[in-house]
Amino acid sequence: MMTLKVNGHDHQIDADPDTPLLYVLRDDIKLNAAKFGCGLGQCGACTVIVDGKAVFSCVTPLLLLEGKQVTTLEGLGTVDAPAPIQRAFIEEQAAQCGYCINGMMMRAQALLQRNSKPTDEQIRAELEPHLCRCGTHMRILRAVHRAAKLMDTAELSTGSAQ
Amino acid sequence: MTRTRIIAGVVAALLLSGVVAAFAVAWRPAIAAIEPPLPRSFDPALVTRGRDLAALGNCNDCHTMQRGKAFAGGLPVPTPFGTIYSSNITPDPDTGIGRWSEAAFRRAMRSGVNRDGQHLYPTFPYDHFTNVTDEDDQALYAYLMTRPAIHASAPANRLSFPFDQRLVVAGWKLLFLRRGTYQPDSAQSAEWNRGAYLVEGLAHCGSCHTPRNALGAERAGVQFAGGDVDNWNAYAINSRSRSPVPWDTAALFAYLRQGWHPHHGVARGPMAEVVGNLSSVDESDVHAIAVYMTSVFGPPTQDQIRRGDEALAKAKSPAAPPSQAEAPGASIYAAACATCHETSRPLPYGGVNLGLSTAISGPDPRNAANIVLSGIRPVEGERSPIMPGFANSMTDDQVSSVLNYLRSRFSNQPAWAGVAKTVEDARRTQTVFLQTSAGPRNAPADPMQRDKP
Repeated sequence: MMTLKVNGHDHQIDADPDTPLLYVLRDDIKLNAAKFGCGLGQCGACTVIVDGKAVFSCVTPLLLLEGKQVTTLEGLGTVDAPAPIQRAFIEEQAAQCGYCINGMMMRAQALLQRNSKPTDEQIRAELEPHLCRCGTHMRILRAVHRAAKLMDTAELSTGSAQ
Repeated sequence: MTRTRIIAGVVAALLLSGVVAAFAVAWRPAIAAIEPPLPRSFDPALVTRGRDLAALGNCNDCHTMQRGKAFAGGLPVPTPFGTIYSSNITPDPDTGIGRWSEAAFRRAMRSGVNRDGQHLYPTFPYDHFTNVTDEDDQALYAYLMTRPAIHASAPANRLSFPFDQRLVVAGWKLLFLRRGTYQPDSAQSAEWNRGAYLVEGLAHCGSCHTPRNALGAERAGVQFAGGDVDNWNAYAINSRSRSPVPWDTAALFAYLRQGWHPHHGVARGPMAEVVGNLSSVDESDVHAIAVYMTSVFGPPTQDQIRRGDEALAKAKSPAAPPSQAEAPGASIYAAACATCHETSRPLPYGGVNLGLSTAISGPDPRNAANIVLSGIRPVEGERSPIMPGFANSMTDDQVSSVLNYLRSRFSNQPAWAGVAKTVEDARRTQTVFLQTSAGPRNAPADPMQRDKP
């Protein structure tokens, strides 16, 4: 038994310590935003945020997560109250099949948390480990810029970061 | 009075002759500027030959910034004496070598002097390029003068006194620059001699793989005994090699040509760019390099052969349960590493069995730490190795415990010293890199693997 902190909640997990985080999220906690793509940490579809940093959950065993805080896409916002990054992706219609979009949003979120005004170059460099074969790359770029603006506005109006 | 005058005269004469001698040693005339030659004035066959030679010389590696235009220079090269920026070697007339005649280019290659007559720092490896033939210099010149001219000035070098004085380089050359260090050996085959010419000359393998002295020159007598490049260890490639399986010509050829070998692993770090370049040149030149380097490694001892066979047998047999199962490193290895490093998926997409890896048997844990943190990113347009980095999911302590475990399980060497410090340094370099990273580029190798702060 191990305690896993996901989206602010403690979960008691009964799994081998070498189980990939992705399996635990999807099978045990039923959080399905993170996707299984390649299982090798090469496509980015499984990306979640751990202590503020984007990680591939398919190659991150549970035993590395002792005491760490995991955030999944579900932890950012809901259908009714989407987070700025989610709103931006919807408004730019950045998803086609959508399989890669969880990863794109999670890594973009981690980027925006440490750099609120990334340049086009910085976004491209950051999202480089993520594969999208539908080809919505340009919309994804616009969505990340839009999210940066949304977060900026939100900060101005509420006086606090997300 | 008279005596004083004599002494003053002698001192003056000595000073004057000293100045004259220093002048004679250090002064080099400028070579007249030319109108940039038209690209069509060069024979296309010569340009093609120059292209392959430039790839053998790995010129693009230092003379191209990350995401920068090819050969436009500006790459910061850290040295113990300060930072030196590579120069623009495109034919731009104002910031490149557009006004250099072939004679000026040859002088730079042979004796490290630019067209203006200034001494160049030996970061430009003219201690090797001095061995390049006139014909090859001519082809290199033709290739570079037909590249797109890029207007780009390198930032000024940041060197401390006295190294910021280029005259100092003249003294360095007196001590360390030897002309004709390569001489053909008639007792050897033509292929061996071709390999020796390339390795000692244009390919300048010793620049990274030979340890350097306090003045930054390759140390005599320990050629190819292993050196440092950026924050990587360039392995010993002579009889001191720590490779678990001894190298032979076939393995060297495959490794240099395709970037990996099943008995040795993958070429990454600064070597990634080298094998990227070697994959594009004439196969016979790569084979010649392999033949020559085999003789540099020397025949393996009986003991080395036996240990190599053991390592191979171990790698093929099913993994024994970790002997230190209680150690956190063993658990992390089993959960995060063994899933690729102990499967039957072949290289380059599968991981090499770490019992075959020189990174684990090597003298220090730098290379292993770099790879665990940064991983290995695929190279555009190449069938290249891959590995996810663990910088975001492992703490420094976790990385250290994995490295200590790998060393004790997969090598017969004593434990590494200073693993925690190495991991800390590797993470700092990686962070510097990530902050300045401008993303992917079209180049023969993966920028993630090259430390370009």
